[in-house]
Order: sequence, then structure tokens, then C-alpha cells
Amino acid sequence: MEITDKEISHLASLSNFSLAADEKNALKTDLKNILKYISKLDELDVSNVEPTFQVFEMENVWRPDEITPQDASCEALLALTKESLDHQVKVPKVL
Amino acid sequence: MKIANQTTSAVSLVQAALGKIDQYQDWHIFTFVNRDAALKRAREIDKKIKNGEPVGRLAGVPYALKDNFLSKEGETTASAKILTGLTSPLNATCVEKLEAEDAIMIGRTNLDAFAHGSSTENSFFGPTKNAFDPERVAGGSSGGSAVAVALGCAEFATGTDTGGSIRQPASFNGVFGIKPTYGAISRYGVVAMASSTDVVGFFAKTPADLDLLMSVASGKDAKDLTSLPDFYGFEDKKLKKKKIGFVKEFVESPALNPELKTALEAKLSAFRSKGYEIVELSLPTLEYALATYYILQPAEVASNLSRYDGIRYGFRSKNLDPAKVCSADENPEKTALDLCYQQTRQEGFMRENKRRIMIGNFVLSSGFYDAYFLKAAKARTLIIKEFEKAFEKVDAILSPVAPNPAFRLGEKVNDPVSMYLEDVMSVPVNLAGIPAVAFPAGWTESNPASKSTKNPTKNPTKNPTKNPVSKLPLGLQLLGPRRSDKQLLEMVEEIL
Repeated sequence: MEITDKEISHLASLSNFSLAADEKNALKTDLKNILKYISKLDELDVSNVEPTFQVFEMENVWRPDEITPQDASCEALLALTKESLDHQVKVPKVL
Repeated sequence: MKIANQTTSAVSLVQAALGKIDQYQDWHIFTFVNRDAALKRAREIDKKIKNGEPVGRLAGVPYALKDNFLSKEGETTASAKILTGLTSPLNATCVEKLEAEDAIMIGRTNLDAFAHGSSTENSFFGPTKNAFDPERVAGGSSGGSAVAVALGCAEFATGTDTGGSIRQPASFNGVFGIKPTYGAISRYGVVAMASSTDVVGFFAKTPADLDLLMSVASGKDAKDLTSLPDFYGFEDKKLKKKKIGFVKEFVESPALNPELKTALEAKLSAFRSKGYEIVELSLPTLEYALATYYILQPAEVASNLSRYDGIRYGFRSKNLDPAKVCSADENPEKTALDLCYQQTRQEGFMRENKRRIMIGNFVLSSGFYDAYFLKAAKARTLIIKEFEKAFEKVDAILSPVAPNPAFRLGEKVNDPVSMYLEDVMSVPVNLAGIPAVAFPAGWTESNPASKSTKNPTKNPTKNPTKNPVSKLPLGLQLLGPRRSDKQLLEMVEEIL
């Protein structure tokens, strides 16, 4: 199937990329080729088949809602951020 | 593997490994070498041994850590720019378990960024070279780990296998690799790629070494709810049919290299001479496994990699002037935060990361979900059932890992579909969550030159083999039902 410029821009937006024009074109070709390959699945009859999303062999796993000791302290995690203020992660302006 | 004791010191093991790391610097195997800390650790272990104190089962053994495992030593980058600068405040569970047995991390190994690739060419730090021909790829994504073991830079190495990332580089470099049953080893502290198929495993020089590593690393971890209760070494001897299958569709595939086909037939004969009956299996749905995988995996990748935003750790773009960066069109009123996310991700991901994230968002988006993602999830059920039926007939299945031995650097890296086709014989295992052991099965007769390289024998002195660029390793894999990991290693041992 064809991928339009509008679709590439939409996917870039969903993916949070600010693609340059030449990169958009290259990705358009790549994505078209990949989609062509994966469309091979159209040949396969999957009617009346249940989907498999995981092979964990388990249902929901419950645990008590209790605070347990963690491997990394809050201070150690904050030290990884570019900016923090008053024990919180500081982000660029949102308004 | 050599383990430190009264006669072999940990320091000598670590020094030998460091010597090889220096010797093979041009192979670009490591993203970080843990030189001083490893030697310090070795001296401590030697002191314990000298004092008669108890030491672990992996005392003084230098190992290589794939760079997508969190460890307090060195930066954990997953060979991706967006994680550069990240020094982890915690260790992956697997690292904790290895070090509790006194193994010593000698360095962190190169991979395709976020494990997206089959050649280690998609690394932000550049490609790793094949152990036996520096003009060929290491395979991937765990290319650095495989080459580290092949060239003696480490006694063993960790890897992850989401679609073949342990088995394919193991086979390209002539070492053993295990892709365990899904959930056998905790994934806690391992950079996520596609969570429903990601597994942790190992590279080593013998099946016995892999057996030891499995017994050390496997088991339930409260920090990874998908980890299985420990079964390794406790399972019943369920594999009593004495039958080995091969997949007719793989063996008859025109894409299969003739030398690999011959190697497969030789190993089937070896099994026959050990009393196994050989059974031809037809598994027609496996033809659809690659397309299934390249829908489900990118969908999970898109979701897992949405967390990288430049805010909490790693790299953040410095180009945050809205006037200078191009827009993604749909949101003209971007905030400074939006811009930070988009520019950081734009600069921090490799092209292949972007392809997968965008394909993932495509197959998950409304209007396409049923046609792609849901359909692939249903195809996955068919693949699992096909394996289940096969394992009613045979104990294990012998298969190539990839259709060809190591290809040339640059040969496929700009053609994503041809690179994905490398995974055609490895991904069915991941979709089904079953274990597989990759093992060396001989060498090519010669090293086929490609049109692109006029002089394949240049720099022969830099080649580590005795017979430069004349032969390439051939690798096969043995697949079994879930929890047959140990039996697979035992069966491989039988035919060496």
C-alpha cells in the first residue's frame, strides 16, 4: 500500500519525531517496502482463531499495596535528570 | 570455562581477557572496558581463595555484558545516543546473580541500538566486525557479545534474544548461544525491546558452560512478574521419544545456503548414529512467522520506546529553538516541552529505531489495528499450535539459525526488508516462547567474495584466524518445547 506524505507526517507526530524532508522521503520508501512485506499475512486465514498477546502462562498477578524497599533512591534517580527543583523533575515550559 | 582456584588466579584470568580486548580493539567489540574495577575485584577474589574462604561458582570468571543490561559500572546506553550519559543506579537481576557467584564484568558490548537489527551495524558507536573476517558483520543484535567470546575477550557473555539476537551472532562467530524459554531468566534491569518475546540468555564456548550459567541465572524474580518459577534442572525427563525433527520448508527453501543444508544433514546423521529417529516435519505456518513478528515486535517497540524523552535520564537535544527545527506539521502550537521531546527523539534514535517505532504506531493506529496487529496476534496462535503439534511427534527440531553465514558489512544495512529476512528462521522460536540452543556446525569451504569487495584478503595480518578470510562459521539451532532448555543442551552435547 502507498504511504502518503500526510501519513508519514502523522506517524512522525505520533512517534514524536521532527523529521527532516529528506528523512521523510527515505522513510516513506522504507515503510512502503516493509508494509508490502508484512501484508503477506493477508494470505493466511485466521478466522475463528483467538489472538495471543503474551506467552506468560499467567493471569493477573496481585500483590499487597505496600511500599517495599527499592534498588534506587529518589535522590539517585533525581541525579540522572537534566534539571530538578525542590526534589522534583523540572521540565521545559508547558504553557 | 576457567574458574579461579588455588592454581589459577582471578587476576591472571582478568589480565588474559584484557590482553585480548587490547589485541582486538579494531573489532570494535566493547562500548566500555571495566579495566580497573575488574582487576580490583579479581584481587579480592584471589585473597578470599588464598584465605580459604568460600567463593562463588563463577569465581574470577571475566564476562562481557551486553550494553542493554543496567549495571552500576559504566554507562548503560543500549548503543543508542538517546541513552548516552546514563549511569544506572541499579543492577539488572541477571548481573546481581552473576556477581553473587563472583563473576567479573570485564566490559560492556556493542549492539544494534536498542537491539534493533541483525548485524550490529545499527549501533550509534559503529559496527562490530566478525570474529573471522573483519569485512563481514558480527551478526546481531548481540554482535559484540558473540565476538567477545569468539576472540577470548571474555569467558562468557550475556545477550538478549527478541527475534534471534543471540542465536544469529553466535552462529556467525562460531560460539554456543542459548535463547531460553520465555521467562526463564528475569528481565528486570534489561532495556525493553518487545516485551512479549524478549529473553535474557548467554554466549559461551561449550554447552556445559551454558548449563552452569542457566543454573545460576534462571528462576523467579519478584521484580519481573513474567519470570517463571525456577524449573531449570528440576524438570522431568519428558523428552523420551528419541526423535529429532527437521522442517521440510526450511530445508527445501531456495534461500538456504547449500553449505548450511549440508551441515544440517550431517548433524541429522550424527543424531541418527546416537539412536535418534529423524522425522520430516511440515510446518507451513512458519512461512508467516516473519511477517507476524515484524508487526507485533514494532508495535511493542513503539510502546516501550515512547518512554525516552530526554527528561529523566540520558541525552537531551540542545537544538530547542522553535524557529530552527522543522515541524512535524500536525501540532503548530508546540510547547517547549513538545519541542524537547521531538528534537531529543529525532536526534537520539537511529534510522532503524525510527522505522520500527513508526511501523509500530502504524499497525496500532485506528483503522489498521484489526488488519495488522490483531491479525498478527491470531497468526501467532497458529504458529504456537503448529509447534505444539510438532513436539507431540519429536523431542526437538534441528534448524538453521539464519539462511546464510555472515554477510558483508554494508550489504544489507540500507535495505530493511532484506535485513529482516535474516531473521526468517529465528523468529518463530520467539513468537512461541520456546527455547533454542545455537551451536557451531562446521565451516564454509571458502569465503565467498562479493562483487562489492575486489580484494577480500586485504589486511590479512589483522585477521585472528590461522587461515585468514578463508572460512566462515556455520551455525545451527536445536529447538524444543517450553522448559526443555537443559535437555536441548544435553542433546547438543551428544553430537559434538
